[in-house]
Amino acid sequence: MIHLPLAHLLSEPVGVSHYVMVGAVLFTCGVLCMATKRNALGVLMGIELVLNGANLNFIAFGSHVLRNDANSLGLDGQLISMFVIVLAAAEAAVALAIALNYYNNHDSIDVDRADELLG
Amino acid sequence: MESIYWPTFFFWLFSLISCSFAVGVLLARNIVRMAFYLVLALAATAGLFFLAGADFVGAMQLMIYVGGTLVLLIFGVMLTSQERFIEMKTSSGEWVVALLLGGMLLGILLQAAMAVPAWQGMDRAAAEATKVEKTATPLGMGLLGVRVDQLDEQDESRRKGMSGYLFHFEIVSVHLLVVLVGAAYLARAKRKRGRDELAGTGSNAT
Repeated sequence: MIHLPLAHLLSEPVGVSHYVMVGAVLFTCGVLCMATKRNALGVLMGIELVLNGANLNFIAFGSHVLRNDANSLGLDGQLISMFVIVLAAAEAAVALAIALNYYNNHDSIDVDRADELLG
Repeated sequence: MESIYWPTFFFWLFSLISCSFAVGVLLARNIVRMAFYLVLALAATAGLFFLAGADFVGAMQLMIYVGGTLVLLIFGVMLTSQERFIEMKTSSGEWVVALLLGGMLLGILLQAAMAVPAWQGMDRAAAEATKVEKTATPLGMGLLGVRVDQLDEQDESRRKGMSGYLFHFEIVSVHLLVVLVGAAYLARAKRKRGRDELAGTGSNAT
């Protein structure tokens, strides 16, 4: 019988570390988005990605499906991630209002040109 | 050859979608495409939440994030989408530095994720025996200050810290109210100024 490495990969359950790895990828993409995008809305999207990566970690640490022992966060992980979702929504609303205000006043959405406070 | 464990298959599927569209958000130049890729990445993350047994949080992710926050973002994109802001180029020097630093960060994080033995998965028999419970009721009771999921906790000292999240819930509610009032105020400030300018030019003309 041919033994494929991929088949072994698919027949075993995933653990917390797999979720943490996906969260790390999302987090890194978000950080790089925040660093490189010049459009203010692109920076906002980077923030959303970062928060989502953190959320994924909370869910993974709280999950009983991935790790069923006493050291799991339990329901606290899900509760905290719900707070993160709500605060992310609030943050997006305010940041978008600020971005629109900036766009209206300066006729630009480029964060590199928002240097009036530079002195 | 063992049969496929379907949750693992769907984990790889969703994580592949999520990660690749997150990279797409990073690499796309067009802001409209970035918004679309972000929708797909966040929706796939909701699938990962469902797979981890967090059904209510997954539904919240779909409704609040994908249905609410991203609609807001897309409206922002549409309101500011002049021709010159659709595609904004980043200089290649910044790309090099960012990719270097990001690669180092990713390497450290991945190494840390692999390094903990307790984070590796259970064996398949234990995983199939795990009972998945619906979480909506315990979550709601936890937000009201009653931890129905911890009632059988034997350790007295550990039970003391489990007083629920009523206080946090109140703070988040007030925070949300303040933030929405502030956002509404910020967003309508310009219209007043525009009317003043309009009135000013009107009086000049006459």
